Amino acid sequence: MSIVFSGQAGQGLQTLEAILTRMFKRSGYNVFSYSEYMSRIRGGNNSTQVRISSRRVFCYTRRIDIFVPLHQDAMERFHDRITPETVILGERSFIDKRYLDGHHPVLEVPINDLAREAGGPVYANTIVLGILAGLFYVDKGLMDDEIRMILSGLGEERLQKNLAAAATGYERSKGLLKPGQASVSIERTDEVKHEILTDGINVVGLGGLAGGCTFVSAYPMSPSTGVLVFFTKKAEGSGVVVEQAEDEISAINMAIGSWYAGGRGLVTTSGGGYALMVEALSLAGCIESPLVIHLGQRPGPATGLPTRTEQADLNFALYSGHGEFPRVILAPGTHEQGFSLMRHAFYLADKYQVPVFVLTDQYFLERRYNIPDINLDTVYDQRFVIKTDRDYRRYALTGSGVSPRGIPGFGEGRVRVDSDEHTEDGFITESFSVRTDMVNKRLRKLDGLRKEAIAPELFGPGDYRNLVVCWGSSLHAVQEGLDMLGRADDTAILHFSQVYPLHPSASDFLEKAHRKIIVESNATSQFARLIRSETGIVFDDKILKFSGLPLMPEDICESLSDMLEKKETTHGRV
Amino acid sequence: MGVYDFEHAIDIAWCPGCGNFRILKSVKDALEELELDPRIVVFVSGIGQAAKTPQYMDVHYFNGLHGRTLPAATAIKASNRGLTVIAESGDGDMYGEGGNHFMHAIRRNPDITNIVHNNMVYALTKGQASPTTRQGFVTPVQTQGVTEEPFNPIAVAIALDASFVARAFAGDARQTTDIIKKAVTHKGYALVDIFQPCVTYNKVNTYAWFKENTYYLDDTYDPSDREAAFRKATEPGRFPLGVIYLNRNKSVFEETLIAYRHDDRPLYQRTVDMGVLKDLVDSMRT
Repeated sequence: MSIVFSGQAGQGLQTLEAILTRMFKRSGYNVFSYSEYMSRIRGGNNSTQVRISSRRVFCYTRRIDIFVPLHQDAMERFHDRITPETVILGERSFIDKRYLDGHHPVLEVPINDLAREAGGPVYANTIVLGILAGLFYVDKGLMDDEIRMILSGLGEERLQKNLAAAATGYERSKGLLKPGQASVSIERTDEVKHEILTDGINVVGLGGLAGGCTFVSAYPMSPSTGVLVFFTKKAEGSGVVVEQAEDEISAINMAIGSWYAGGRGLVTTSGGGYALMVEALSLAGCIESPLVIHLGQRPGPATGLPTRTEQADLNFALYSGHGEFPRVILAPGTHEQGFSLMRHAFYLADKYQVPVFVLTDQYFLERRYNIPDINLDTVYDQRFVIKTDRDYRRYALTGSGVSPRGIPGFGEGRVRVDSDEHTEDGFITESFSVRTDMVNKRLRKLDGLRKEAIAPELFGPGDYRNLVVCWGSSLHAVQEGLDMLGRADDTAILHFSQVYPLHPSASDFLEKAHRKIIVESNATSQFARLIRSETGIVFDDKILKFSGLPLMPEDICESLSDMLEKKETTHGRV
Repeated sequence: MGVYDFEHAIDIAWCPGCGNFRILKSVKDALEELELDPRIVVFVSGIGQAAKTPQYMDVHYFNGLHGRTLPAATAIKASNRGLTVIAESGDGDMYGEGGNHFMHAIRRNPDITNIVHNNMVYALTKGQASPTTRQGFVTPVQTQGVTEEPFNPIAVAIALDASFVARAFAGDARQTTDIIKKAVTHKGYALVDIFQPCVTYNKVNTYAWFKENTYYLDDTYDPSDREAAFRKATEPGRFPLGVIYLNRNKSVFEETLIAYRHDDRPLYQRTVDMGVLKDLVDSMRT
């Protein structure tokens, strides 16, 4: 069941989303929600999709079962998604005339009048909340609990008015649906009630804490700011130093400074902010500083679409920074991976003294769904800092390329790091032989990093004929799209949660496939090109989306259907 | 030989007669006289001739990017409050490339000392104008002479209510050492702008020129009067030397951090708190 409500910025859609998803989950439904919104504080048109289901749901769909317009312009952008089966619920004056011809399923509720009676237009969304709670058999006491929980900051008088407005909506829901209109018999399960309901921001933040993060410096930029806010809220309990820097240049130099002094630094940013950080990425490469960079992608170039989503900064993360030095790029596809890969990023950064990217995107960070649990058993708390002795050499040459890392104030040695090429002691040098040794030393770390690379994960039959390859946040849309298509017999999915360096098994998986299809949220198939440059393997087809909206299962299903039914010799190659 | 000297001879990259030699000596003397344990003294520098200074002392150092000295220094102090952190670089680094950080470091007020070698010229890149170059100064790039007003770091720092603002002259080793000692022992951000003759690329602002164009503030001067300090910083004619402005009533950045409210330990001693994590996960269940 897909419910979409649409209104202006400032109409309280986010509050509605928060209460609805919590309420449905606590009632035993699996839930998913995602809001698409404009880069403005008031006005425009934003919408939120809430899916509720008897089975797990993880992705945004084109399909809409119930559409709730909350403003007269609320339907304008949705005509291509409203089908003859879509039930339109709500205020008559907000429903486009074309749907009022008597042939389209419409559930009229005088929301404006009810809101006025409840105290004013601001109560419209609370009335909708009550209607939806009633339609899906949510216990009224539970609904009231959730309203109290989320709206407690409003003060008693407004809280009571909201409770009354919700009660009005709840009453109105009775008998609203005529037989045959939008089936609401969705099975509920008790297990779901106690599951974790969260968004990508929280799992990324939690993963950082589990990875031992002790220092966060950032400059606000959508969609990465949520991670900064997460740490700010948790700073007191967790002892993490959090600072909003004057710019991204300062933020990343602070994070590197913190690692030098024994902290475990994280920066969180998006493409434009990361662009300002690039010189310091190279600094981390030269002084062999650990560093974790959370890069939440949004569509560029330049300011692009500030509140939308894309996977187009892979090349940027991979090739940014002058000079040659190793790095790691992780790209979580699920909430569980958001947690485990952030934690893993701190481990890899610390162990190998390299920058590690966690590449997410706006869709990954802001979509919300329930998962059974977060596994804290594997919390990483291994430290690689050593106590120095008097003849300590920060850049001692080793077989692995990794020199034991000391910090000032812990031991007898001096810890000298230099952005100039340096000797094993960390002094400036222009010796060609030392230079050659140092470049080799730094690059040798890639051998260890490749050995520890995360293998891509295969979903579907082991004897696949067609292989659909995706990375990062695209996984769930590809899974649901392939389910829709019904080609589970001969088509499998290969998902990469580490995109660089690649695990050696990548070639094996790809070579076995008769037909290889890449799916990415960008225009130039950046990951396909990376695979080609690393393995020589070329894709047969590509499914690319770069409108700013997330990949949806329907996109995958329709494109795959076209591709797999066509004669296989006619395809272009990526 | 002091604890900040190397046992072996070192190769110093500066020109003979460079003002940096004198600053290096004053810095080392200040640390020796303060009897600071070199195990807890960290120098942070950027790029330029001045930024090489930490290479010539037996200290910890973080020689980072051009202009980015202060963010790194601020974070080092915030990560381990037991360290004595000295950010040392030139006028181009601190006032040009790093101008934004200079402004915001003063606002944050971390307990660090900021030593700026001010030779009014870019020396490492061979003689172009710096933000503090005097008007009319001819360079290979500013061939008609510099037209911009020189940046006045003292006035800007006072305008931003920096907690300690001083100016020294490299030619006077004793006074410079004393000013650096005051800066290092001051709790909060301390700026020491040091006039430094460049014998190769600045034939105008020489040892003799600085001698003629500076004077020391006497004991009657009250550095706590901000308006008077601003007048001193902007008065025409000779430049005052000494502690020009002092505000001891400012909160210190790393002491305001919530992360230290219940835990004094430096960050490297902290471990993941499983209880906090578990509570956070559980809070997402309801």
